[in-house]
Amino acid sequence: MGFKRYVEIGRVALINYGKDYGKLVVIVDVVDQNRALVDAPDMVRSQLNFKRLTLTDIKIDINRAPRKKNLIEAMEKSDVKGKWESSSWGRKLIVQKKRASLNDFDRFKVMLAKIKRGSLVRQELAKLKKESA
Amino acid sequence: MAPRKTPVVSRNPQLIRGVGKYSRSKMYHKRGLWAIKAKNGGVFPKHDPKPKAAATPVKPSKFYPADDIKMPLPNKRKAKPTKLRASITPGTVLILLAGRFMGKRVVFLKQLTSGLLLVTGPFKVNGVPLRRVNQAYVIGTSTKVDISGTNVDKFDDKYFAKAAEKKNKKGEGEFFEADKEEKSELPQDKKDDQKAVDAALLKSIEAVPDLKSYLAARFSLKAGMKPHELVF
Repeated sequence: MGFKRYVEIGRVALINYGKDYGKLVVIVDVVDQNRALVDAPDMVRSQLNFKRLTLTDIKIDINRAPRKKNLIEAMEKSDVKGKWESSSWGRKLIVQKKRASLNDFDRFKVMLAKIKRGSLVRQELAKLKKESA
Repeated sequence: MAPRKTPVVSRNPQLIRGVGKYSRSKMYHKRGLWAIKAKNGGVFPKHDPKPKAAATPVKPSKFYPADDIKMPLPNKRKAKPTKLRASITPGTVLILLAGRFMGKRVVFLKQLTSGLLLVTGPFKVNGVPLRRVNQAYVIGTSTKVDISGTNVDKFDDKYFAKAAEKKNKKGEGEFFEADKEEKSELPQDKKDDQKAVDAALLKSIEAVPDLKSYLAARFSLKAGMKPHELVF
């Protein structure tokens, strides 16, 4: 019953509050009941409260508080980035980012594409209706 | 006096405000006043004062105001040329926010000396002619059109001035007649100017897919659009 994602060394988490909002980090050590030592390839190793982290399904195999170089190697080996970007959660975040960065012209092109797709769907539907009638 | 060729530099560095490093006698030697005196036979050279131009006779004023009222100080401010936003460069697509063409997406050509922006539809695409528009009523998008083929040098603020109206003598009968002057037709050379500018523009617009229909469509805020979060 219950929990599937545990706080453990090597657990990959998403920062959900603060300056590094949206970054994927690895839990590298646990400080006490509330805080963890956390690290990512492009960030200085620092402590974060668990409340600022959302755990993901991804876990990598590292020793407690590894060197930065070893951490990066382990992340490459288990392909954290690839697993994240192919997970549905990761894909959703990528789409959200893309939508937020759309230009006015891009939004216009998206509208045209949606209309085109809708019309194609309706054509197919009409065809199928006719066949089954 | 003729302007000096070299700027005035003090040879006496300040230790503190009001206190120089060198004394009077030292400065006398540093400035070479002894040499000037020697050149002039032991005395400082004297220059005759320049002849003053004869003062024009001041006429007594015709009018003395009755009250001693305070005159406001003269305003000597000079208006600076309007600063163009960094996001607006020649060829930028702008969204007009007010006026007859509210919501239309339009191509920016250049900034005129009055500070207003010269803009065109192009006319064939969305009905906006060569027109002046204020920067404040415009959103600059990040979409750019190539306007290297157009020549906009001949357009300035005078081009857009209203033609001087013929003065009609105010007769009473004319008030009751149908007061409809013939609608002034746009002169043919203005139409030709529009066509000339738009011809080159249309080529670069048609080179980008969907850009023509983009310029033909109007912009409007729909549900869920937050202007402060939109990227234009």
